[in-house]
Amino acid sequence: MVKVRDLRMRYGENDVLTGVDFDIHPGEVLCLLGPNGAGKTTTIEVLEGFRIRSAGEVTVLGEDPATAGEAWRARTGVVLQSWRDHPRWTPRRLLTQLGGYYAPYSTPEQERPWDIAELLDIVGLNEMADRKIGTLSGGQRRRLDVAMGIIGRPELLFLDEPTAGFDPQARRDFHHLVHRLADLESTTVLLTTHDLDEAEKLADRVVILAGGRIVADDSAEGLALRVSGEAEVKWTRGGERFVHATADATRFVRELFAQYGEDVHDLEVRRASLEDAYLSLVQQHESGSAETAAVAFAEVTK
Amino acid sequence: MSDSTSTPTSRKLHAMRLGLRRGLMEFVQSIRSTQDQWFYLFTAVCTLGYLWLRRDVDTGVPGLEFASIALPSILGALVAFGVVIGPAYALAMEREDGTLLRHRAIPDGLVGYFSGQMLFQSLSLVPQLFVILVPSFLLFDDVMAHPGGWFTVLWVLVLGLLAALPIGMVIGALVPGVQKVGMWGMLPIMVLAGISGIFYPVQQLWGWVQVVAQAFPMYWMGLGMRSAFLPDAAAAREISESWRTLETVLVLGGWAVVGAVVTPIVLRRMARKQTGSQVQAAREATLQWVK
Repeated sequence: MVKVRDLRMRYGENDVLTGVDFDIHPGEVLCLLGPNGAGKTTTIEVLEGFRIRSAGEVTVLGEDPATAGEAWRARTGVVLQSWRDHPRWTPRRLLTQLGGYYAPYSTPEQERPWDIAELLDIVGLNEMADRKIGTLSGGQRRRLDVAMGIIGRPELLFLDEPTAGFDPQARRDFHHLVHRLADLESTTVLLTTHDLDEAEKLADRVVILAGGRIVADDSAEGLALRVSGEAEVKWTRGGERFVHATADATRFVRELFAQYGEDVHDLEVRRASLEDAYLSLVQQHESGSAETAAVAFAEVTK
Repeated sequence: MSDSTSTPTSRKLHAMRLGLRRGLMEFVQSIRSTQDQWFYLFTAVCTLGYLWLRRDVDTGVPGLEFASIALPSILGALVAFGVVIGPAYALAMEREDGTLLRHRAIPDGLVGYFSGQMLFQSLSLVPQLFVILVPSFLLFDDVMAHPGGWFTVLWVLVLGLLAALPIGMVIGALVPGVQKVGMWGMLPIMVLAGISGIFYPVQQLWGWVQVVAQAFPMYWMGLGMRSAFLPDAAAAREISESWRTLETVLVLGGWAVVGAVVTPIVLRRMARKQTGSQVQAAREATLQWVK
């Protein structure tokens, strides 16, 4: 569905992407995770065909997005963050108008566009359908953005930081909607986020981007397993503190007790979690050492 | 609805139809909005106030009132102003707020967007002319010298629209942001209005200023309008004492042809640069600006 090989992007003297490789398979929800400034938006904009890459090979739905035509465009959907556009329109009128463009691209297998009433129902905008868009709340506007992104029944949907600024309820509704699209409509989804929790909830596969390259590519469970290879055991004995790193914490603790029994106090076993690894990646990234952060993270999840 | 046999051309036509529907909807929404109603009222009050205050000024042509001469000139200028500044603002604004990007993300969306924009901007002239013309006919005598003038009004309007609309679109496509439309759009138009014989005959200015004024559509739209409204005797007040109808058609037509060639190229280049991060950056810049 999507194939990216050695994607590079350079703005003037600044290298934003230094060789990115990944694939997206049909029906998959792939999450591009990374700290702010890691190159997520640049990557997704290249795949959307909005930005011309500096080098590398990119194939999306069998075509190069930089040169693909309108028929290709009709098979993709982009959820944009609206802001103040179309304030005098109503959701129903705007969706009807924008959906109309997809009608010539309708096929017997994939009927386009979506039925407006059904779509309004799916995104939960039934009651607001005939209000002016300018009067919608932030969460309602974002749901309208999603509706506009999927109105053409895309085979591949792009979402760039879709839940930025959502309240917890809106976030949950949104996650529900993405699951529904992926499961029922078998839409392939590429989304970016800087939130690990969101990536774990939504994605079949998580690709972590840092320092302009990919530092990990696996399912959320797979990533967690890789990171938790090592655990840290802390204890005190005779007033002295001990720390030991081990791959098999259970066995180490069993032996520790066998050897010292009641002398062992304040025992603490801490498994390094994906969250810890990711947080330290973000921290280092934001303090300016993106390259070190990327190397360190790749090391942990090797 | 299934239409998988459609050709690229039929899809473009389909998009154009959708765009025209969009333009019509924008127009209906505009005349229903109090904000736009106030704008029309404001321009009408200003124009009529100016004409009324200066109604006793001597025109130099016996039996010809000041309002009769000034009104067509002002109409020409308002049309030029409206179809340049209107699309310039709309385009600069809709580049920033993501309207244009949204159309870039849908198949043939840009064709539709620009068709809609052109129809909307053209239709916006109707209420503009209406609110000035109707009260003028009630307030002043002999505004239209001969009924055949209406035909001239029509072709001057159409030709002027074709000449000036592309200028507005190009300004809107090239300005760095909405706040710069004043500098790159408003200011030059104001200067042109000042030298284009709207408020006083262009012959009173230096020779080179007359040349500059005659290079742009605004002067010719004013002249064309005067030729439509005024009796033939009034042509004596013009350069070479003639309405220069042929020259009007040639200059306006020339601008229209250049516009038709250049505008699509400029718009395509501008649209290609539209990205989500650009819209995001504009949004953040605005938040900063408001602070």
